[in-house]
Amino acid sequence: MIAFITRRLLLGLFTLFLISVLSFLIIQLPPGDFVDAYIAQLAASGSAVSAAEAEGLRQLYGLGQPFYVQYWKWISRILVGDFGESMEWRRPVTEVIGDRIWLTLLLSFAALVITWGLALPIGIFSAVRQYSFADYAFTLVGFIGIAVPNFLLALIVMYLAFRFFGASVGGLFSAEMALAPWSVEKVWDLIKHLPLPAIILALGGTAQLIRIMRANLLDELRRPYVVTARAKGLSERRTILKYPVRAALNPFASNIAYLFPYLVSGSIIVSIVLGLPTVGPLLVKALIAQDMFLAGTIVLLLGVMTVIGTFISDLVLMWVEPRLRHQMD
Amino acid sequence: MFGMFRRKPAVNEAERHATATQLQLTWWRFRRHKLAMVSLVVVALFYLIAIGADFLATTDPHATDARTSYIAPQGIHWFDDDGSLRPHVYGIKGVRDLKTFKVVYTIDPSRKVYIEFFGRGYSYSFLGMETDRHLMVLKDPQRGEGIYLLGTDLLGRDLFSRLVVATRVSLTIGLIGVSLSLFLGVLLGGVSAVYGGIVDTVIQRAIEVIRSMPTIPLWLGLAAALPNDWSVMQVYFAITIIISLLAWTDLARVVRGKFLALREEDFVLAAELAGASQGRIIFHHMLPSFASHIIAAVSLALPAMIISETSLSFLGLGLRPPAISWGILLQDAQNIQTLALAPWLLVAAVPVILVILAFNFLGDGLRDAADPYG
Repeated sequence: MIAFITRRLLLGLFTLFLISVLSFLIIQLPPGDFVDAYIAQLAASGSAVSAAEAEGLRQLYGLGQPFYVQYWKWISRILVGDFGESMEWRRPVTEVIGDRIWLTLLLSFAALVITWGLALPIGIFSAVRQYSFADYAFTLVGFIGIAVPNFLLALIVMYLAFRFFGASVGGLFSAEMALAPWSVEKVWDLIKHLPLPAIILALGGTAQLIRIMRANLLDELRRPYVVTARAKGLSERRTILKYPVRAALNPFASNIAYLFPYLVSGSIIVSIVLGLPTVGPLLVKALIAQDMFLAGTIVLLLGVMTVIGTFISDLVLMWVEPRLRHQMD
Repeated sequence: MFGMFRRKPAVNEAERHATATQLQLTWWRFRRHKLAMVSLVVVALFYLIAIGADFLATTDPHATDARTSYIAPQGIHWFDDDGSLRPHVYGIKGVRDLKTFKVVYTIDPSRKVYIEFFGRGYSYSFLGMETDRHLMVLKDPQRGEGIYLLGTDLLGRDLFSRLVVATRVSLTIGLIGVSLSLFLGVLLGGVSAVYGGIVDTVIQRAIEVIRSMPTIPLWLGLAAALPNDWSVMQVYFAITIIISLLAWTDLARVVRGKFLALREEDFVLAAELAGASQGRIIFHHMLPSFASHIIAAVSLALPAMIISETSLSFLGLGLRPPAISWGILLQDAQNIQTLALAPWLLVAAVPVILVILAFNFLGDGLRDAADPYG
């Protein structure tokens, strides 16, 4: 078990390293060096940069040196909390991102909880009552969840809400709360606004998990040990929940590790459609404006978030599913 | 004379099954799956539309005209006043708005413009031939008049024509992308299974790492780095490559799993004992027996590709205008103000949803059918 955790941790660290290299690559990719872009941007906004200052900047970022040297300079400054400056906003990247990263985390986590909370009972129900009306209804909803990409779903929900209720469903806060400092009212406001985007984000993953859970459980329910349990007079609830469900959870469990990255990924595009104050809209704006430090940092932070999230969900799984521990060793 | 040597048609079901090839068996099983058969037809129709896109388009999908901005969808009127079958649409007329003194163009039911089938429209090239024949065009229309089956966008371009042309771009991106992923998946999955050991470990860890990364931010980052001066074609291929670079992992897992399972089968052992080379065992004996699994996996991977392209283009970081794809069409429908004014712009969502559903059902049917002995 210790071996398993260590291996997961090492793999997570390796993933982090790769993500950081990719993030830096993204910063580097636009043609020309980014100090040129920075200076051009500064000049456009009216402040000139002297040749000596430009040279200083180049030294700082190690431009003109090999990729790994530049990467090293960048990552070692990040490790002490210096993410560079956003060229568009003219403020430190951390300041621009601010609360947004936590709201992204919150939204993804809420979607994760909804996915688990819905997929598990519905999956069990659909398998136990196979071919019932409810099973068909859930299957239909499931197919909609799979077939409608979540940004389209967001778009359609937004249009319908506007068309039939005249209400705007976007945002995570009401207008008067958006800029207010954090308070109990603001948190309550957030809690009221969170469910809709979280459900939109969760639907795709939920649909897939329901299908997996249903198929797995159906396989299990046909096994002789279920008949034995029934023959011995176990209550129906106990017969199903105690053994087949736990056995069916196993392959279900291994998929969950990939759910969190999927949700974080999806949150970007859903946020843009619904106008949520997460890092999504900021990332796209930064990429279009070639504000590379901001974009690279967001990609990096999202990566860190998913790696930590995946690691935690691994630990949770090991805790609930003892057989996994043995399987992994 | 030769009749006596010909085999009697399907003496019995069992014999027919015993001599059928793997693909035949899969096909027989697949045919019983109603929903999957319907999906197959839907998918085939979509690809037909993609091939004949320019022929089906009624007006030039790129032609802009300020007069026809946001015209609501117009039906075709099949019968003339005297009851004869003469399909026509209504013309448009300019009316001066007395408040703003601007000329506003609206539908004019008093003017009929007749439809000509197989008439001449804008010219395009089909299979290398230059032609200007279209399924439906208008007989001598005035400027700005057209068959607006699905309405027009802000720039007055016909949405129906744009939608059929977009179908070609979006579906081929999926196809090319999936071929690339398939190549990478079969290669790396196969290598992983055949060589095992350290190679296997490295590839499996790589797959785990890629799968645990949030893909959309990475795509966005890479796509944003494509130079602005690239041509539509260059961007198209670059986007395809970016998408498939992160999408091969599922296929690799399927291939590896099948490889490992089949390696234990008796017929592989038999081939080995008979002295077949490794290449022959893989390509002649093993590959055919999991070809149907691969087809199923591909058909399940295609919708993901299509969604990826649509999402990227929707965010303005995928294909760029003047290219037309479903994502680019949906980009116009991005904000609620536009949707309130022209809800028909959302129609581009319909083919996306239909195709994804069809590919999913098709993939499911194929997967069920892929185990003919099961």
